[in-house]
Amino acid sequence: MSEQGKEHAEHTSHHPTYGTYIMVWIGLVALTSITVTVAGIKLGSLTLITALTIATIKTLMVTYYFMHVKFDNRVIKIFILVCLIIFLILWILTFSDLSFR
Amino acid sequence: MSHTLAHNEVSFLEYQGKHKGIWGWLLTLDHKRIGIMYLVAILLFFFVAMTLGILMRLEMLTPGETIMKPQTYNSIFTLHGVIMVFLFIIPAIPAVFGNFILPIQIGAKDVIFPRLNLFSWYLYIIGGILAIISLFTGGGAADTGWTFYVPYSIRSAQNVSMATFAAFVLGFSSILTGINFIATIHRLRAPGMTWFRLPLFIWGLYATSWIQVLATPIIGITLALIILERMLGIGVFDPALGGDPLLYQHLFWIYSHPAVYIMILPAMGVVSEILPTFARKDVFGYKQIAISSLGIALIGYLVWGHHMFASGMSNTSRVVFSLLTFLVAIPTGVKIFNWVATLYKGSIKFSAPLYYVLAFIFIFSVGGLTGLVLGALATDVHVTDTYFVVAHFHYVMFGGMGIMFFATCHYWFPKVFGKMYNEKLAVIACTVIIIGFNILYFPMFIMGYMGMPRRYYDYLPEFQGWHVLSTVGSWILVSGIMFMFGNLFYALFKGTKAATNPWGGTTLEWRVPSPPPLENFDEIPVVTGGPYVHDKPTYIMHPSRELQHQNGGGKISQEVKSH
Repeated sequence: MSEQGKEHAEHTSHHPTYGTYIMVWIGLVALTSITVTVAGIKLGSLTLITALTIATIKTLMVTYYFMHVKFDNRVIKIFILVCLIIFLILWILTFSDLSFR
Repeated sequence: MSHTLAHNEVSFLEYQGKHKGIWGWLLTLDHKRIGIMYLVAILLFFFVAMTLGILMRLEMLTPGETIMKPQTYNSIFTLHGVIMVFLFIIPAIPAVFGNFILPIQIGAKDVIFPRLNLFSWYLYIIGGILAIISLFTGGGAADTGWTFYVPYSIRSAQNVSMATFAAFVLGFSSILTGINFIATIHRLRAPGMTWFRLPLFIWGLYATSWIQVLATPIIGITLALIILERMLGIGVFDPALGGDPLLYQHLFWIYSHPAVYIMILPAMGVVSEILPTFARKDVFGYKQIAISSLGIALIGYLVWGHHMFASGMSNTSRVVFSLLTFLVAIPTGVKIFNWVATLYKGSIKFSAPLYYVLAFIFIFSVGGLTGLVLGALATDVHVTDTYFVVAHFHYVMFGGMGIMFFATCHYWFPKVFGKMYNEKLAVIACTVIIIGFNILYFPMFIMGYMGMPRRYYDYLPEFQGWHVLSTVGSWILVSGIMFMFGNLFYALFKGTKAATNPWGGTTLEWRVPSPPPLENFDEIPVVTGGPYVHDKPTYIMHPSRELQHQNGGGKISQEVKSH
């Protein structure tokens, strides 16, 4: 087998099974229904916090399993971490407005 | 080897590859030809936007109607802004000269993804065409100002959707160019070209590329939301549907403020190229200038809220953003002082590019310092949405990036086209431009301080004297610009042949013929020292020949390390 073929085989062997994909999908659907339900309950500022927390968990699930970050090498993980940190800074600065308005 | 030499016997302008004539340009993968295609398109848009600017100034010559109706005026200032910002200022230096010079300065034969590079150009053209189509379709040209602020942009009957979609497409062009440059700088540097041997223009492009990649997607999504808001009424920004218009301003400026640094950092990079060349001296504080580019990119990313001090943002946010804004002045100050120190005890040769750079340092300092007036909470309230902001913006953007674009056109003209322009005429044009620029924009500081609001079609008679002065300034400025481009255009056909290194520059592009051959180098050079060393050679242009002669192949790594 050529080097490229080996790499390809190694890469595909790490792919999650269909069962995992279906479990993640069911999880995403469940979280979406929680978001919709919570939106209908009057929780004040907690509504936003809950919605954003669930959205974050869903994003992580998609990134980790569907986008294969769980099985990628460290450099890719570091790049994603840097993006997340930048996003967090932008988020905190934006909320320095919304939270104190 | 013989294959490479065959490619390199003629310049990239004369080389005939698989495709001939116009197809040789439209299907080219050569970074230099793509750079020139950007130049042609960008200049076209620049002249359109400049004409709109002159018409605006002409309208302001007298109070009330002078040459157009209010609705036309609203569309014209919007178009002037959209075209200048998205189609000229952002791409001008990186897309034209970044493309042309970057691979040569780092000792590479091309950018790392040549096809992606050509695709970026096509996206740019598609975005430009969409912007033009938006003028004549739907309800007519957008009238929101280049910021597309909600809720007006949601309700405007004009063709805002297509104008924002055009900006969306242009954003992709920008992101792809950014990715291409980052990967090229990381992967294609010549042996010995360590990070701190990179020319400072490359550092400017590197910092800019990161902002392009990280910030542009945000404007893309935000403008897409405007379109969805207009078509489906999703209610993210529209207060009538429970949306938050301030969220739009946050998202818009999260991109558009760093975009200011996308515009200015490559221009600052060119300043750091021109000064050591014409002062015949190594640049003062190389590492500080290089790192301050990254510093500006980083802090510049966190100051967007200063555009919203008078929009109803929280007090906490105002204080945080004001403080962060003041911090940007530090790395900018580092650059200015290092540039001035580079001139100190230099053997200065006055030439058109240097005159532009000196004008840049003066004008940009005025623009930067008036930025602090706007960054301070109390004074900002007084001058918000007045001509003071318009003046500040044009001093930093036109005085900064625009003037440096002209400098860049002169500095690399001999390299790109292999011709010399008339130096005397170039200096006269530069003088006219600088005088016209200040007469046009300086009265705006005074008018703004007196309370003249921006974007108003009509004004009180007491402002007329300043408006007349400003309009006369626009005539002088445009005459200077036409004169300058006329001189360059004439040189394109009738100029004398340029030598390989007409200015005595020390970076790699001055070691290849003017204009360069298709693959830039016969052989990838080896770098043995910093980019601005004047007294000894720091490049080995034919390592296989030169080093084999001296001490066998092992000498290459030794040479690279020893400096």
